[in-house]
This record gives sequence, structure tokens and C-alpha cells, in this order.
Amino acid sequence: MELQYLVAKIYVDGDLRIDPVSVVNVFHRLVAQQALPGVLVDVAELLHVPAGPGVVLVGVEADYALDHTSHHWGVLYRRKAPLAGTNADRIRQALQAAGQIARLLEAEFPGQLTFSRTDFSLTVNDRVLAANTPATFAATRPELEAYLQGWLGRAGSTLALLESDPRQRFGVRVQTAVPFDLPA
Amino acid sequence: MKTSDKLWKDLLNGKVPEQLGQEVDQFETEIGLRKQGKIEEKVFAETRLRRGAYGQRYDNGQRYDGTESRKLPFADKPTKGPGTVWDAPGMLRIKVPFGGLNPRQLEVMAELAEEYSDGIAHVTTRQDFQLHFIHIENTPTIMRRLAAVGITTREACGNAVRNVTACPLAGVCHDEPFDVTPYSKALAWFLMGHPDTMEFGRKFKPAFSGCAQHACGLVQMHDIGYTALVRPGADGKLQRGFKIVVGGGLGPVPRQARILTEFAPVEEMLPLTQAVCRVFGKHGEKKNRNGARIKFLVDKWGIEKFREEVFATRKELREDPRWLGMLQDIEKEEEGPLHPPGQLPAFGGNDRLYEWVKGNVRDQRQAGYVTAAINLPLGDITADQLRSLADIVAKYTRGTIRTTVEQNFLIRWISKTDVPALFADLDRVELAAPGATSIVDVTSCPGTDTCKLGISSSRGLGGELRNQLVAKSYQLDEAVKGLHIKVSGCFNSCGGHYVSDLGFYGVSRTINGYKVPHFQVLLGGEWEHNAGSYGLPIIAIPSKRVPAAVDFVTEFYVKNRLKDERFHAFVKRVGKGPVRALLEPLNQNFPTHEADPGFYSDWGDPRQYSIGDIGIGECAGEVVSRYQFEMTAAERLVFEAGQHLDQDRLQAAGETAYAAFLRAAKALVQIQFDDVSNDPDEIVAEFKERFFDTQVFFDPFVGPKFANDFFAAHAVRGEKFTADTTHHRIAEAQLFIEAVHNCYNKLRSAPAPATKA
Ligand code: SF4
Repeated sequence: MELQYLVAKIYVDGDLRIDPVSVVNVFHRLVAQQALPGVLVDVAELLHVPAGPGVVLVGVEADYALDHTSHHWGVLYRRKAPLAGTNADRIRQALQAAGQIARLLEAEFPGQLTFSRTDFSLTVNDRVLAANTPATFAATRPELEAYLQGWLGRAGSTLALLESDPRQRFGVRVQTAVPFDLPA
Repeated sequence: MKTSDKLWKDLLNGKVPEQLGQEVDQFETEIGLRKQGKIEEKVFAETRLRRGAYGQRYDNGQRYDGTESRKLPFADKPTKGPGTVWDAPGMLRIKVPFGGLNPRQLEVMAELAEEYSDGIAHVTTRQDFQLHFIHIENTPTIMRRLAAVGITTREACGNAVRNVTACPLAGVCHDEPFDVTPYSKALAWFLMGHPDTMEFGRKFKPAFSGCAQHACGLVQMHDIGYTALVRPGADGKLQRGFKIVVGGGLGPVPRQARILTEFAPVEEMLPLTQAVCRVFGKHGEKKNRNGARIKFLVDKWGIEKFREEVFATRKELREDPRWLGMLQDIEKEEEGPLHPPGQLPAFGGNDRLYEWVKGNVRDQRQAGYVTAAINLPLGDITADQLRSLADIVAKYTRGTIRTTVEQNFLIRWISKTDVPALFADLDRVELAAPGATSIVDVTSCPGTDTCKLGISSSRGLGGELRNQLVAKSYQLDEAVKGLHIKVSGCFNSCGGHYVSDLGFYGVSRTINGYKVPHFQVLLGGEWEHNAGSYGLPIIAIPSKRVPAAVDFVTEFYVKNRLKDERFHAFVKRVGKGPVRALLEPLNQNFPTHEADPGFYSDWGDPRQYSIGDIGIGECAGEVVSRYQFEMTAAERLVFEAGQHLDQDRLQAAGETAYAAFLRAAKALVQIQFDDVSNDPDEIVAEFKERFFDTQVFFDPFVGPKFANDFFAAHAVRGEKFTADTTHHRIAEAQLFIEAVHNCYNKLRSAPAPATKA
């Protein structure tokens, strides 16, 4: 199963302690400086919808966001352009990109905004490539576990289906027993 | 293209209606050809527009970043149209005839919002959906997935018949003689791709209303509008039909539609509409898109000639079996309930439920049933909410829901017994905000968020007003709660500012050397009576002071209204003068940039405000104070013209509006020619030579339109004014003033210091 268009979301550690609107300015600056990989185009502030996409930095190859979907704040990387390589390459790329924006936002709001080092999710943003079913989970689990083992160098991560509703996209929530470094 | 496109195509094989499938295949091929440079960019642009794939802000590859306009580093590829970068995100408009949707369609909309957009589906002021930040290469798969559930984007944009809108209450309303829903549906499918609609010079928007007195259908502001009527036929039985009006529209200069026929039996609806389309296609303006809407043809010919031509054309049409075939058994089509009728249970001290019922729930004509409005903030809904809504619709209805022109949803056929449970279900997914269609339910076009033409942030302002009004909604006077606020990012009126109690449209002004987002305040518009009258601008105020303006006006209204006096009547009685006087202090005591930089940025956008990439002007050394003095006079004149109109002094109103044109033109001429006299001919000649012939005055989007309005007003000066022509002249004078401001800004913008826009 080819996993493309991955969405990596690293959750905020505890409650969000900044006003999310303050991220708008940061994202505008990132667009001005084209400071992240890919072409950065615009900033969409969507805080008026509950449990929504939050503040999105829209790009051509990928979007970045301070996301509030499912009432769970986190920093999000959404790959839009296909990537060559293996599934492991694509997982690594998505986590690295999410890690990069997470570190950047932490530096913008020192002491106020911290992302978890034990809790993140990976979603396949394409229903026809990966339907949200137990079969997809079973088919991808070994590969995901192998990747995590390789990355973290140790066992002990728990993987769970992110959403049970088959209409949702296929995604897994990963919680690690010991903290990881934000991938660089 | 996504790697999954082929999989989707295979998966949906046999599920997409043949004709829609062929069209999508064709479009996919055209995308491929354009990528190879084998289709001309202009042709591809119109092709894509006719499929609903629209441009979005920054798709010219330029973006102002708060200090300067920079080129975005897009890859070098063929364009999507003139000046439109291939990879730049765009908008996809999705047609929803009469706003009718079913749960599966809601689910698909959610899927598409997640997989291709930013997770949000946006309900528009014409009952469509819009998805933003879409890549052109993803559009064929999106279209296939929509087509598989019976939805098309065909002709959602471009010079075509746009979405056919209808009252969301059709079929359940107390006032209607019959349900217009199936007729609106028949018209939508009849006209889609019809040969007589292929030659339009501009878009064409139809709307249906069940009655004349309420606002839901807004037929008066449409290119063609149908109001349901019944009359005794020759056999004595009641016969269904429509009053048909043509040539209405908002846009920069609004028009009230005029009566094509007082009554056309339903059997004549399709052929007569076809005849209107043929006449418009044949005789409508093609070259100058600013004069190409059907309203201009009706203006040019007069309604009598237009009517004659339509009825003569009708006689010549070749018989089409679909005229009647599409109406067969239509009277039997009925949505109907899922659950038996009931009684509203007691609220049991649940104040939130009480508030929601009061604001959002309305009795249907059918006893025991109600409709429930879902108040969406700025018309936005998340993918998760859409899925939950699909479940709710399936649980309480036979699987039907409608979008509304107020950017909301309406669920119909709810048994009264189910109301508390429905509220609880909606509340769980945060879709139970009270105050639907009240003052807190602010309508807004996309504005500078995504629209290429936006001048000020209409969504930013709309969101701010909504927040502030919700916060104090419990203290608001009942009379104020019933007002409508509509905001557009520019004069084009997609937000509907002309037909609102309080309307706003975005303009820009210069204060202390910086550009500052402003909104024109409009009063006198009427949502009721099918958009019965249009408002006029009274004053432009800085964006950040608009919430204060709303407070001032509403407090003034509460204090001074007569018992039960509606806002529209109140404005008519007291006049716009006192309201303007009330707001004038908001145009004084501006903070310096250093003291309050936020004043110089727009709502929801912390960048230093700018109106985009302004060229370096030829003229320096103008006398600013003199210019401002003249422009203030011009703005005052246009306001006075509106006052004359309010008091039915048509001649004075029209002449004053013309004087406003002259004053503004003179202000501009004076920048280059100090000694210009007050002789109108001289002002016109100087203006023409300096700003028109050189094209300096041309607007980036509408070209010479505003100057031509001025020349036209000059050419017919001394004419006898009617209510209609006066209204147009005033609106045109206001737009001309805006254009003078823009030209002036363009002329005086030199390479800006780092902090200035
Ligand atoms: S009113 Fe202006 S800013 Fe708003 S959507 Fe229409 S064209 Fe764009």
C-alpha cells in the first residue's frame, strides 16, 4: 500500500497557552521570507469555526498549520504534492517537516508553547489510497512499527486508529513510552 | 495530478452520469494540453471558469508582504490564463441548485474539503459551495467525485447561467401559492449547456421566490427572477404561473429588475426563459464586459422593446419536448417528513434551547413541523461538522437540507417533538448558535482573504462584528436584533451590501501618508420585499472604527425610533444626514502610525495594509491639501444627491450627482493643472487628455468604465431624471470618486519607505 499525502500532527503539550491568533503574524513572516520548504503562498485564519483547521499557512507542495481539529491543538504538516521513495521515506519527510515547524513555533513563543515529545498522529489524506478500515490498519501497522523502531531506536510505542468512523481518513495516533527528539 | 486520480476514475466508473463524465474527461484533456502549451491561455481561462475553477488572490505570482510586493517563487510553467500562475491555489465553485443537498452530498463535500482544500467548505451568498486553495490539476477528480453524487461545477463561473437560487422555505412557507423547488430544479438542468446560453457576454443569475413580500428569493436583484402566482385559468381552475422580472442585479451599480410579464403560466417558464437567453446572447454587449450584463441591454432598449423582442423570439423557437417533459408530474414532487407531526415540548428552563428556538426555528405551513436554521460563522463549516450534519439530516428528515443566501443551512420538516433532541445533536457539534438571520448573523463575501478584487477584509470585519455582537447579544434591543449586516470587500457587492439595513463595502484611503482600509457605510437598503430597495453610501470610515459605527447607528435607532418602526422606515424618516453627522467623528483624530500601527492594518491581517502592487506615478509635487479639499466636497455632493433622492427631488439629486463627478475630476486635474476652471467642458477635456487618453485612470479590473460613466453623465447633463436614472447616477458618481482616489494614490506612490504601504 502506497502511503502518499501524509498529514503529521504533533500535539500541543497540555493546554494551548498562547492566543492562536498570534500565530497569524508568524506565518505571514514565514511567507515573506519563504522560510520553509516549498512555495509558501498565503495565511488562512480560520479560528472562527469550532474545532477547525485553526491557522493555516498555505503552500503549493504542503500546508502548515496550528490545527485544532477534534478540539486537539497541534502543529500540522499536510503534504499535498506526491513524493517519490518508500513509505518510510514519506513518513520521515512528514515528521521532519512537522518537527521543523514545531521547533520554529516553540522558539517564537518560548515557555508558552510546547509540543509533545510523546504524542503525534499520522493521517493519509487520500481515501482511495487508504480507506479508514481495520484492514488498512492491519496492513500498514508492521511498516509503521518498523519505522518507529528505527527512528526511536526502541520499542514501546502504542498505535491506535485515530478515528473509528469509516468516513474519516485513515490515521493513527502514536504515543511513545519515552520522549522522542523532534525529528530534524 | 494526484497519484490516486486513476484509482478514483476507476472506482467511480459507472457512477458518474455519462454526460458529466465526458465533460470532466474533456476538461482533464484540456488541462494536459494547456500544460503542453497547446491551448491558448485565454481559451483555457474561459474553459476553466465555465467549469467553476476560479482564480484566487496572489495567483498573479505577486504578494505584498507588509513592506513590499514580492514575487512568489512559483515554478515556471504555462499559465492558467492571462497573468495566472499554474501552481497558484485557486477556488472551485460548486453549484447547488435551489440550495438542495442530501446527506451523501454533505459527506462528499467534507471529503473534498479535507483532501484538496483547507478543511473548510464555504457556503456562498448564492447557495453555492466554494472550496479554496485548490490546485487546478486536482479539479477533474474533484468534479468526478461530485458528479458521482449528482453535483456539478459546470457553469458555476464564467459567462454562463450561474446557480439557480430559490427560497429555502419553498414548499413549507405560509406565504407561497405553490412550491417553486421543482421548477427551479427544472430550469437549472434545462439551461445547463443550452445552446442559447453559449453566447453570453457576461454571467446570468436566475432566482425563484414563493411570494413577493418576503426576501428569501431576492428576485429583484437577479438577471431573471420568478415569483410564484396562481390565477384562474380559462377553465376556471387555478393555474400556476410566474411573474417574471429581468435586468436586476447588484454589482457596482445596482438595478431593480423590471417586469417582463405579470404572469406566465408554468408551461411557458422554460420557453420564455430560453427566449430571454437567446435575446441576451444575440444582442447583449460582448466586447465591454462592464456593460455586458443583461441589465445594460434592458437599460439600452427599455423594457418595452426588450419584452417585444423576447415574445417575438418566443414565437420563433422550435418546439422542445423538454419544455413540458421536464415539468411532468412536478406537482406531485414533495419533500415530506420522516417523523409524524408533533408538539413543541416545554423548554424546562433550558435558556439556550429557548434562545435558539426563538431565533432559528420557524413554523412550517404544515402543522406540527418546523424549520431550523443553522447559523454558520461567515458561511464556513468544517469537514467534521459536515459529516455530523449529514447524520443529523438523515436522523430527522427524509434526507434533505438546503443552503441559504444568508450563508446558512436550513433543515426542514422537523417534527416539533424532535426540536429539543435536534438542538442537542446540533449543539454537540457546535452548530447550534442562536440568532440565525439576526444582526449577529453577518454576511460577508470572501474579500481580501481570497478574492483577487478585494480591497478591504470583509471577512475580517464580518468576523469581528459577529464576535462583538454575540458578546452583547443579550443586551441588544429586540429592534436591533432584527437588523441585517452585509459586508463586501469591494464595490462589486458579492456580500449584498446594497440590500442590507447596514451595508459596508471596502475602499481605501490615505491617512498620514499610509494607506488605511476603510468601508463605505450604506443605509437605506431593504432585504424585505425581495430586495425591494438599494442602499446608498453615506460615508467612508476606517475599518477599525466600523464596530463603533455599528454601535452609534444602532443606539441612535433605538433612541429615536417610533413605536414598531422598522429600520428602513426610520432611515427614510430621519434622513441620512443625522446618521452621517453621527459617524463623522469617526473620521477625526486618527492615531499616528507609531502610536497605533494596528489602525493601519486590516482586520485579521497584521500586515501593513496595502491595495497591492501600485505602479510608480508620473506626477509628483501635487497640492495634497487642495486635492483633499476638493474630494471632500465631491463626497459631500454625492451624499447630498442621496438626500435629494430620499425626498423625491429627482432633478436636484441627478444634477448634484453630476456635480460630484465634476468636482472629483477637477480634483485630479488640478494635480497637474492648477488653473483649470470650473467650466464643465474644460474639466472633461482636461481630464480626458491627461487621465483617460493616457489610460492612467483605468481601473485594473474594469478598465475605462468609471471614466466612461463620467463622460456619459456629462454628455446627457440637463437630462430629465427618473428615479432609476438618478439612483444609477449617484452610485456611479460614488464609484467615480473611489476611482479618483485610487488614481491619485497610484500617481503619488513613489517607492515607499520600508514601513509604508
Ligand atoms: S464583493 Fe469584491 S471582494 Fe467581495 S467577492 Fe465580490 S469581487 Fe471579491
